[in-house]
Amino acid sequence: MIRTLSALVRRDLMLAARVGGSGSLSLVFFLMIVALVPFALGPDLNLLSRIGPAILWLSAVLATLIGLDRLFQADEEDGSLDLMTASAAPLELVVLAKVLAHWITTGLPLALAAPLFGLLVALTPTAMGATALTLLIGTPALTFIGAVGAALTASIRRGGLILAIVVLPLMIPTLIFGVSAAESALSSTVPFTTPLAILAGLSLIAAVVGTLAAAAALRWGE
Amino acid sequence: MRLIVESLACRRSGRRIFSGLSFALGAGEALMVTGRNGAGKSSLLALLSGRLKPDAGTIRVEGVGEATLPECLHVVGHRDGLKGALTAQENLDFARDLLGQPTAGPREALEALGLAHALRLPVTYLSAGQRRRVALARLLVCRRPLWLLDEPTAALDTASQGVLAGLMAKHRAQGGLVVAATHQSLGLEDARELRIAPPSPDAALAESDPWA
Repeated sequence: MIRTLSALVRRDLMLAARVGGSGSLSLVFFLMIVALVPFALGPDLNLLSRIGPAILWLSAVLATLIGLDRLFQADEEDGSLDLMTASAAPLELVVLAKVLAHWITTGLPLALAAPLFGLLVALTPTAMGATALTLLIGTPALTFIGAVGAALTASIRRGGLILAIVVLPLMIPTLIFGVSAAESALSSTVPFTTPLAILAGLSLIAAVVGTLAAAAALRWGE
Repeated sequence: MRLIVESLACRRSGRRIFSGLSFALGAGEALMVTGRNGAGKSSLLALLSGRLKPDAGTIRVEGVGEATLPECLHVVGHRDGLKGALTAQENLDFARDLLGQPTAGPREALEALGLAHALRLPVTYLSAGQRRRVALARLLVCRRPLWLLDEPTAALDTASQGVLAGLMAKHRAQGGLVVAATHQSLGLEDARELRIAPPSPDAALAESDPWA
């Protein structure tokens, strides 16, 4: 089991590194949106730093969608998915490994780059740290929710748009608690840990429900 | 192991492909599935591999302990499951880790198919026939009793077809089973033939008429 899991994660990381895939692309997309907002709002630093965490979170949600459509589709098209179903490991484990590898190549870089991009929206150091931490805890939820959509659209050509429409509404709770956690670090109305704990809970729930649902969707699609 | 198929029927997108298919295959036996294009040869292999669900009928395996049918078989088909960006060795290593029960290493497996020089080449650089040989090398890196081969000789040159015939003979001598969908003779000695006949027009009509 562990051997299968590590083989899958290793292969997907190797593919991502070699094809120069969606990881770097979604990071650039993230940077683009964050950089566009100050142009749209004008040079009001107070306003920017107030809505900065929300902008970073919104950009992260959109950037997560990049490359998500190929998560299972690439393997479905070339028959690798058939190979994986022939493994002794259950399909849920295969899904878990693939989503983990996807998060390491897309979600993790987003969280790590957030402090740097926070400079563009005039975040204070505290807010930068808080936003990065909430992204680190919250992006797994986004990836796992997205995986369900990716599994549903695996056999649809150009399913990327449908994928976005299906999963974006489901990402709303994560967005709400992610932003409120980041903002509570700045104001003292709510303790920082309360929304953060809910965010962590959302990630854990998404990990379980997302894995099972994506595996079920892949089975159903066959 | 023993593979038993009883009155199997297949339906795809509402259309009946075939029905009433029965056969049993024991250790060391081979089955050639023939029929015109679109008769359902690949669908039969997909049913056996568990990728499609049968419309009716049963597929059973005996003598494999607790393993399920998908865990007992290798599939080599049109979609070869190889990643172009990875080298032949990495592809085979991955299959070994994924499928379990490793036997030969990637180098020996590729040597057996005369492709040892491609070990460190990305698969995307290989020709169609070489790609197919890498996919066939997967049969050798893990031990699985049932081989499902869909047009295994497609894109293979005559020498490689001979090599494949030798591999299948060796596999059967060790008690393995081979089910191959094909239009050509594969060099399978005393293989049984299963011809998938098209459904009779009357039956097809009766089926499509909701008021019948």
